[in-house]
Amino acid sequence: MKVTVTVNGTDYARDVEPRLLLIHFLRDELGLTGSHWGCDTSNCGTCVVWLDETPVKACTVLAAMADGRTVRTVEDLARNGQLDPVQQGFIECHGLQCGFCTPGMMMTARWLLDRNPDPAEAEIRELLSGLLCRCTGYENIVRSVRWAAEHPAGHPGVSP
Amino acid sequence: MTAGFGRMLRKEDPRFVRGQGTYTDDVHLPGMLYGAVLRSPHPHARIVSIDTVAAEAHPKVRIVITGETLQHRNLAWMPTLAGDRQAVLATDKVRFQGQEVAFVVADDHYAARDALELIDVEYEPLPAVADARRALDDGAPLVRDDIKDSNHIFDWESGDAERTDQVFRDAEVTVSQDMLYPRVHPAPLETCGIVADFNQVSGKLTVWATSQAPHAHRTLYALVTGLPEHKIRVISPDIGGGFGNKVPIYPGYLCAIAGSMITGRPVKWMEDRSENLMSTCFARDFHMRGELAASRDGTIRAVRVTVLADHGAFNGAAQPTKYPAGFFGVFTGSYDLEAAHCRVTAVYTNKAPGGVAYSCSFRITEAVYLVERMVDVLAFELNIDPAELRMRNLLRPEQFPYTCQTGWTYDSGDYPRTLRLAMEMAGYEDLRKEQEAERARGHLTGIGVSFFTEAVGAGPRKHMDILGIGMADGVELRVHPTGTAVLRISVQTQGQGHETTFAQIVASELGLAPDDVEVVHGDTDQTPFGLGTYGSRSTPVSGAATAIVARKVRERARIVAAAMLEVDPRDLEWDGGRWSVKGDPDSGPTIAEIAWAAHSNLELPEGVEGQLDATCVYNPPNLTYPFGAYICVVDVDPGTGKVDVRRFIAVDDCGVRINPMIVEGQVHGGLADGIGMALMESIAFDADGNCLGGSFMDYLLPTSLECPSWELGATVTPSPHHPIGAKGVGESATVGSPPAVVNAVVDALRPYGVRHADMPLTPAQVWRAIQGRPLRTDLAIS
Repeated sequence: MKVTVTVNGTDYARDVEPRLLLIHFLRDELGLTGSHWGCDTSNCGTCVVWLDETPVKACTVLAAMADGRTVRTVEDLARNGQLDPVQQGFIECHGLQCGFCTPGMMMTARWLLDRNPDPAEAEIRELLSGLLCRCTGYENIVRSVRWAAEHPAGHPGVSP
Repeated sequence: MTAGFGRMLRKEDPRFVRGQGTYTDDVHLPGMLYGAVLRSPHPHARIVSIDTVAAEAHPKVRIVITGETLQHRNLAWMPTLAGDRQAVLATDKVRFQGQEVAFVVADDHYAARDALELIDVEYEPLPAVADARRALDDGAPLVRDDIKDSNHIFDWESGDAERTDQVFRDAEVTVSQDMLYPRVHPAPLETCGIVADFNQVSGKLTVWATSQAPHAHRTLYALVTGLPEHKIRVISPDIGGGFGNKVPIYPGYLCAIAGSMITGRPVKWMEDRSENLMSTCFARDFHMRGELAASRDGTIRAVRVTVLADHGAFNGAAQPTKYPAGFFGVFTGSYDLEAAHCRVTAVYTNKAPGGVAYSCSFRITEAVYLVERMVDVLAFELNIDPAELRMRNLLRPEQFPYTCQTGWTYDSGDYPRTLRLAMEMAGYEDLRKEQEAERARGHLTGIGVSFFTEAVGAGPRKHMDILGIGMADGVELRVHPTGTAVLRISVQTQGQGHETTFAQIVASELGLAPDDVEVVHGDTDQTPFGLGTYGSRSTPVSGAATAIVARKVRERARIVAAAMLEVDPRDLEWDGGRWSVKGDPDSGPTIAEIAWAAHSNLELPEGVEGQLDATCVYNPPNLTYPFGAYICVVDVDPGTGKVDVRRFIAVDDCGVRINPMIVEGQVHGGLADGIGMALMESIAFDADGNCLGGSFMDYLLPTSLECPSWELGATVTPSPHHPIGAKGVGESATVGSPPAVVNAVVDALRPYGVRHADMPLTPAQVWRAIQGRPLRTDLAIS
């Protein structure tokens, strides 16, 4: 079947199997490998992207369900060569180790900060509880999101 | 010198935060095909027939591989790291649920999965060995009738049985406790996988794979496939977490290689989450009986342990060859004992193979859990505060280097200082008072203490090898003419930040900026040989090699500098990144200036080569012994059994810290592992051997809600034999934290008279412990 999806501001039309998952559409059809696949059961959150304005786990969304809609992935988080404050926060606060969960964590964090620019630690922990990380024990991820909240314009010193 | 040490942001991060990491599943080659594995639904069954005709007729299927196909290439079985053999694709029977039976190669992975459904396997189910404690019974089903007439794998002993028994006979107090360290799984978020690309013209095999030990894998592939080793290139790209799960080679890897050799095209195989949890290297599964002998005043005199180890259907435990139970021999812990003895018996069961994984430092997790749980059992019986009991028995600083009763020589430590710091940070005495007040109100608060010592950084090669290959690591360092450098290492980061910390080591030795040192790793064609990253060995072994190779370069630079200055090299001293004439520290060339001169037409003394590079193979003289004191505070809901971890204080001593930010991150991750294992994680089985932990809906991992905000402290006791005084730290918290959590929960349940309960302490398990009838946690039979 034919689907047309706007991904990171670009329109893509593809002929796909009706059963094709959004995560495979993004990774295999479009070559956007920043979003990962980790569990198949919506538990790990390494595949989180935005569908329109809402974070979804792309391993349990069909590409067909994204037809006519917009998708935003980690590849679109930096704008005009400037890292998003969330990305800067993850670098500043050692919020990642292996990096596999990081895109999903950051997409979820950006969504939170767009709605509540100054979330308390408990709110951050609640929101991120649908995503798994095996490396960081979450502490530095929470600090990274707080860093982004405290530096809404980021800081230009950290864009390697 | 340590000028380059300290907090430094990671060089790896800019690519990861942009989604530009390259993990194995991100590798896409022209003409690439996709593999999928057909797995056994039965824990134990004879294979009567395999019919692949319908699958082969699928329009997108290129080839279907069975054990019979592999037999023709002598690939149906592969050696394990423990000297056993493991079926690549089952030929005679299946021995665990999820075992590999057939491999489909197709144009895309959806088609490959579809074709699995078209393969018709006729099985004749057999009774299974699901409970390790029944494995040696008369008439137990035979798991390995291909090689043995019993399910017994080995008996292994350590320590002095006679002396230990004597101390137990004489002791004023003895305590005994059965405990289970359940089967758990490392479960990295990236599952295991491979892209195999065999070039039929050049005869060269290139694989991109999730490997913690690319060089060891290359040698193994050469041994298994018969391909010459120089025609094999193993690339470990970015790895999405390893934790020991990515040390062995798995049947799927060999199937993909066979698929590429047969089709002449690249073949990708990535396992799914269920395949990862059900078939790849699990951890622990130790049924233990611990005993302590002590004086009435709380002096611990001896420890005695018997273990029944469930190794699953193939002995695939990944550890140094001479240590069949890993480094469990350090079960004497952090204490000064008169005697110690352990006996480990390993058995086959109809479960997935493995045992050594999940940041266990070769089974020191089990050893530390055993001894730290036993100390609390003794404290319970003697009614002595568990922190006080530990303080009385800890090794004293003046005893180091200390050789324990089982022969391990601890390099350095000041244990009481570390425990005192943890107790101060926790406000231990106030906590105990608060606990008393809470108990008076009917609230269950628990305070758990653990003190661990690890032995990490294998070799020395004299004692430690993997399949006959000594555990030593090579490095190469080259300073370019303009003064930037490239370091080539054999160890493999899975998130530990090697690109940063190894650059810091070189930078501190040579007076360069860390950004001017490129670290190359994860490609056997570009790096020297070494055994890889597991058992916290990167810093103790390759970190030492890096410091030494940099010092070799520095010494060569001294000769070049002497030629530049036309002085005797002995008149130069290294200070502030320059070789200067003694007494004139501000003059003299930097490494960058020397590098240019070393590549120029400057005349060098007879026998001195130009350029500025060196190699080193580091054979560690001993392991390093990091240690730490952990205190966990929990609240338990007596109505539901739910455990809430309120605080966790962790003081680690891993010697000199190259990058404290990264060290703390390593500790954070390990503490979360401890919460997971103590409270949530278990690969359980039903009575027939069906796996009950095959997805993240059943195998529960801790989230941001189960984990508290960690409170970390540090003491620094340098390793005397490591060139920069560093010790390993990657697994310390995973090893040290589970007993702290369990001790805290059991402490909370003290009003109910509970002395022990097995992990995972799920609400049901805690609730039942309160009722006096805890569950078996490894089997779902009540």
